Amino acid sequence: MSTTALTQFSIPLLMGNSLNAWSEALVGFNLLGLPLGLVILAAIPLVFIALYSLTYGVYGERKISAFMQDRLGPMEVGKWGLLQTIADILKLIQKEDILPTSADRFLFVIGPGILFVGSFMAYAVLPFSPAFIGASLNVGLYYAIGIVAIEVVGILAAGWGSNNKWSLYGAVRSVAQIVSYEIPASLALLCGAMMAGTLDMQQINLLQSGSYGFAHFYLFHSPIAWLPFLIYFIASLAEVNRAPFDIPEAESELVAGYFTEYSGMKFAVIFLAEYGSMFMVSSIISVVFLGGWNSPLPNLGSFALNTWTNGPVWGAFWLIMKGFFFIFVQMWLRWTLPRLRVDQLMYLCWKVLTPFAFVSFVLTAIWEIYVP
Amino acid sequence: MQELDTVGQGSVRVTRKSDKLVIVEKDLATEQMVLAMGPQHPSTHGVLKLECLTDGEVITEAVPCLGYLHRCFEKCCENVDYPAIVPYTDRLDYLSAMNSEFAYAMAVEKLLDIEIPRRVEFIRVLVSELNRIASHLVAIGTYGIDLGAFTPFLFCFRDREIILGLLEWASGARMLYNYIWIGGLAYDVPADFLKRVREFVNYFRPKTVELNNLLTSNEIFLKRTHGIGIMPPEVAINYGWSGPMLRGSGVKWDLRRNDPYSIYPELDFKVAVPDGKNSVIGDCLSRHLVRAIEMEESLKIIEQCIDKMPSSEGFNSRSAIPKRIRPKAGEVYSRAENPRGELGFYIESDGKSTKPVRCKARSSCFVNLSAMKDLSKGQLIPDLVAIIGSIDIVLGEVDR
Repeated sequence: MSTTALTQFSIPLLMGNSLNAWSEALVGFNLLGLPLGLVILAAIPLVFIALYSLTYGVYGERKISAFMQDRLGPMEVGKWGLLQTIADILKLIQKEDILPTSADRFLFVIGPGILFVGSFMAYAVLPFSPAFIGASLNVGLYYAIGIVAIEVVGILAAGWGSNNKWSLYGAVRSVAQIVSYEIPASLALLCGAMMAGTLDMQQINLLQSGSYGFAHFYLFHSPIAWLPFLIYFIASLAEVNRAPFDIPEAESELVAGYFTEYSGMKFAVIFLAEYGSMFMVSSIISVVFLGGWNSPLPNLGSFALNTWTNGPVWGAFWLIMKGFFFIFVQMWLRWTLPRLRVDQLMYLCWKVLTPFAFVSFVLTAIWEIYVP
Repeated sequence: MQELDTVGQGSVRVTRKSDKLVIVEKDLATEQMVLAMGPQHPSTHGVLKLECLTDGEVITEAVPCLGYLHRCFEKCCENVDYPAIVPYTDRLDYLSAMNSEFAYAMAVEKLLDIEIPRRVEFIRVLVSELNRIASHLVAIGTYGIDLGAFTPFLFCFRDREIILGLLEWASGARMLYNYIWIGGLAYDVPADFLKRVREFVNYFRPKTVELNNLLTSNEIFLKRTHGIGIMPPEVAINYGWSGPMLRGSGVKWDLRRNDPYSIYPELDFKVAVPDGKNSVIGDCLSRHLVRAIEMEESLKIIEQCIDKMPSSEGFNSRSAIPKRIRPKAGEVYSRAENPRGELGFYIESDGKSTKPVRCKARSSCFVNLSAMKDLSKGQLIPDLVAIIGSIDIVLGEVDR
């Protein structure tokens, strides 16, 4: 295929540039004085999370685990079981909403809500593409780190409110774990922020674009950039309670941890929040270290792969694909590794990850100051 | 009610009455928590209930509460004929039904003092060892689940499925076989059975390596099991432990060798004992390793059985089965090495009836579980789960 043919082929994809104008028009759309356009705009990521989390996340998890375990996974509902998750949602909606008699009503109900809000609010600063970001904050990264911590409150409320000993154990474990792992995770992200010199998520992405594709990513920015990358990945596993750090919901120890008493739609909301957080941390790691919506393909002479594969629609494609990749790694780990013990988890956090995070923080700072 | 034991000080006192933990004084400052682990808990391997007294995540005391699966096995035995007890023995340790039948059949044969055909012995050993592998696969797989590794479990069950298929082919049932009868077998093995078993052995050898790569050499798995729940050999012997549990503590004790029965003296196999290089002797990892080695030893035994098996010409699997079983007055205790340890049957006959006067099963799981209180003291909840998993109880045999 000639170069011109390739260019022509990629033109329709570049037309997504008009998305920007489209979203601006939507913001200006008011009905009877109500900012309806803004609401619609905010609903898009929500719909995306709901679709992704419940359909592809759960379905993907089940299929991937099945293939790793010599099984077929869901096969009955729809072709290859594609509609399995929808059937599950329908079942969860139909279920009776059970409130244990001895539960703290208020905390029990509000818990999953806080959890979901905490997980969803971070999406606001996620730059899905050059043309689309919910809220372009100049402290976007800081906000993302902070807002995830709200989940702890939700977990504690759910665990305490359930009035179940297993839930309480799960909640206490989870608070200890998430609060501890916030430190190496934040330090690792700060390394990324130092490399960029900004906390603006969109800006961090922009700084990583260039005609050499992946070579501009912060993972390859300095010789020690892989260290904060690795630290953040491990810490993020702990932050979203994924194996091998899933001790707050360790089913073989704590039955189901903090959501032991939950059923029906409340359970589904907790589930949704979990998968939402998974994609969130995966996206943050791709934004900070792997260029976010930037194409990893380099320009090779007249084959301007990078130029062709960049743009608003391509951007969303790359970010989501990078996110999916990390989710795949998370699932891969979950179905391979046993679970750590509580004290081993804390040891890993305080005696391994945190010192190394400090080391990488200092080394990155030195690199940024002395190496042009 | 007599107060036996009191734990805690000051405003908090928790007392054990008979076998129940009761909080005698309640105060807002309570620090120890009574935690009922089971009978509906994912990792108590059935309907075991552990009443734990916990201080944070640390167990100060754990008392096993049994009886949720009690089926009056011994009383039932007193009311049915000798051959009708065989299906009941299947339900003792339902993961290794062949071994239980084998032990029971041997006990009654000892009481009757009858000779059984050699081919029957070989087939018995063959199916028992197949069942031993199947049982250890469940033990290892569920141990993985207890520690949070789900995938090895399904790998184990995939291979176990083949064994269950083979045994189903021979006996007609997947788990509760009723295959080994007093004095013989229900049927001879099918025509191509030995060939298929050999195929399975060849298939399974590399799979054990795969399983060990996935689970036993996993860093996290080692961290979770190494040095956890250590049982010194003297204490283990005093508790009456047997099977992989006792061998895990470094005692070279295997009834197939130490009190040989059937054709085991003719067979060449090693008694698996941990060497203390990879694990602390007596810890959870040692017990796991013993099971892993035993599977390979069982494969060896199976191969030898196939090689030495007398031909099926003119063979009738029921030829030695007595028409009417009415043993002379007397009593007998016979024991066999089950996957979980020593399964013994004590049978007493009055010489008149076709039913035993007394039939007592000495179950290994029950005895092994009795050390729970010692093992669990001062452990964390995740370690308690690891310890229960390493004991590898089957509640069918614990409660009977």
